[in-house]
Amino acid sequence: MSAGVVTLDEVVGNDAGFVQARTPTQLAWGRFKRSRLAIMGVAMLAVIILLSVLAPWIAPHGQNEIDLFSIKAPPSREHLLGTDSLGRDVLSRLLYGGRMSLAIGIAAALICTLVGIFFGAIAGYYGGWIDGTIMRFVDLMLAFPSIFLLLIIAAMFEGISVWGVILFLGLFSWMWLTRIIRGEFLSLKQRDFVEAARSIGTPDGQIIRRHLLPNVIGAIVVTFTLDVALFMLAEAGLSFLGFGVPPGIPTWGNMLNESRTDYLSEPLLAVVPGLALTLCVLAFNFVGDGLRDAFDPKGIRG
Amino acid sequence: MSRFLIRRLLGAIPLLFGVAVISFMLMQVAPGGPDATYARSPRMTDERLQALREKMGLDQSIPVQFVKWIQNLLRGDLGSSYVQNRPVTQVIQDAFPNTLLLVTVGLILALVFALLFGVLAAVNPYGWFDNVTALISYFGLAMPVFWFGLMLQILFSVKLGWLPSSGLHDPQNPGVLDTLEHLVLPAVTLAIGSIAVWSRYIRSSTIETLQHDYVRTARAKGLSDRSVLSRHVLRNSLTSFITVAAIDIPLYLTGVVFIETVFSLPGMGRLFYDSLTRRDYPVLMGILMFSATLIIIGNLIADLIYAKLDPRVSFE
Repeated sequence: MSAGVVTLDEVVGNDAGFVQARTPTQLAWGRFKRSRLAIMGVAMLAVIILLSVLAPWIAPHGQNEIDLFSIKAPPSREHLLGTDSLGRDVLSRLLYGGRMSLAIGIAAALICTLVGIFFGAIAGYYGGWIDGTIMRFVDLMLAFPSIFLLLIIAAMFEGISVWGVILFLGLFSWMWLTRIIRGEFLSLKQRDFVEAARSIGTPDGQIIRRHLLPNVIGAIVVTFTLDVALFMLAEAGLSFLGFGVPPGIPTWGNMLNESRTDYLSEPLLAVVPGLALTLCVLAFNFVGDGLRDAFDPKGIRG
Repeated sequence: MSRFLIRRLLGAIPLLFGVAVISFMLMQVAPGGPDATYARSPRMTDERLQALREKMGLDQSIPVQFVKWIQNLLRGDLGSSYVQNRPVTQVIQDAFPNTLLLVTVGLILALVFALLFGVLAAVNPYGWFDNVTALISYFGLAMPVFWFGLMLQILFSVKLGWLPSSGLHDPQNPGVLDTLEHLVLPAVTLAIGSIAVWSRYIRSSTIETLQHDYVRTARAKGLSDRSVLSRHVLRNSLTSFITVAAIDIPLYLTGVVFIETVFSLPGMGRLFYDSLTRRDYPVLMGILMFSATLIIIGNLIADLIYAKLDPRVSFE
């Protein structure tokens, strides 16, 4: 019964006996709250995000601080999760790494979402040859295994910066969202309220923003949430192979990459960042699935 | 049927052409390349470099090079590897069977376990088995594939010593059984993601099918649970599953890169990784073209099977 949310009791038990209208977002939130997994996901994410944001203040050591007297040390009071092959504190790098991995995932998902909305909206709203051209391009992009393409480009540029990784991930993954939004727009634009808006001379841009986009907000939010998780996995994959974030910058992927030389003798070095990543992705997936069920209880939009 | 097939095949041509164009453009903007490799050699003179460039056709204009490249492509000639000095097609031919083996074993594992988990979970929704498989598939989806591979290596090769951690053959002890032993961990790693997604998918479509009238009829006429499931339910839940499985083909290809690198298997994925580190662009482009073709063909086959299994789907 948190503030600002209309609960069923409040609605039904209304003094005047009227049923108060609820916006689709309020309905969705009501359904979201009832999913135990989704709430668990939110709690896990809250912890992970808090730890990542606070990394500089709570990390016991600096991210690249080297302790030459304890190299590949097992967990101890000084180094709670041990140290890596350069004598850096694993726990501290885990916290800083989460910060960077999360930032990359969220930033890439933002780019992917914006590009996806842009092309999807234009293709769906205008139709005709614009739609045809954009959708053929989408087909083409989907025919490529995107990780292959990313790896080739990363190898060409002899190591890419953090921003490069973010841009590449975002710019090679917008196609699914474009497909969803285009499909929705194609049917939405036939509806009376769009016709009405058009008949009073509303400019196209405003129809798209004010009348059409709010109707697909569910699909956008769900895709965004799941994309963050996908991009965190992709970052880890690229960095693991040595073609992602420059070495030295701690990310969970880079930590896994650094563990490659001695994970068989020092399993903890590989277990820790991988487990953190798995839990984080799990949390995003819980929330994403919860949101999907909340926005679309019948599962029509897949 | 054949008209549908022809139309789909024709539709694939511009797609493949687009893939070829993008591959070629990538090669053009790529730094390094053959002349850079040879230019680094200390005994290289300007004249010899020029002669080499002429020999490789690098002195011609980009459109001319492109037309030549496409012509060669149509003849099945993907150029030759900078590093291995062999035709790319040969390099790929050597690596592909190993990957095919890995993917086949992985696919079989994935199908068997996904069907088993999915149907058993559907028989008693929200029972303990359903909940356990739900949890497993949530984890299976969330784990980075290669990390799961590392964990399997640590557990089964190092701690327990049950299975070999890398390679495809043991030179001391070759044989089919030995190869299969080497394939267990990589194949499980490859399959885990699909088991996660597919078992959930089969579960929900089976639950849906179980509610149909004809299932009740089949039960009413006295068929056993087993034959109701296998003859009436499974076939229907499988039809929609085919399309889901086809979407996963690209996932398999990317999975192969990581898994073959982690387990040191001499397949296409490992070849891709090695070519990346050595900047062997012709091989990279060859693999890119090859896998794009596989994806397109895979989707086509999925459509065909789908139509074959579901009589309601028309080809027109």
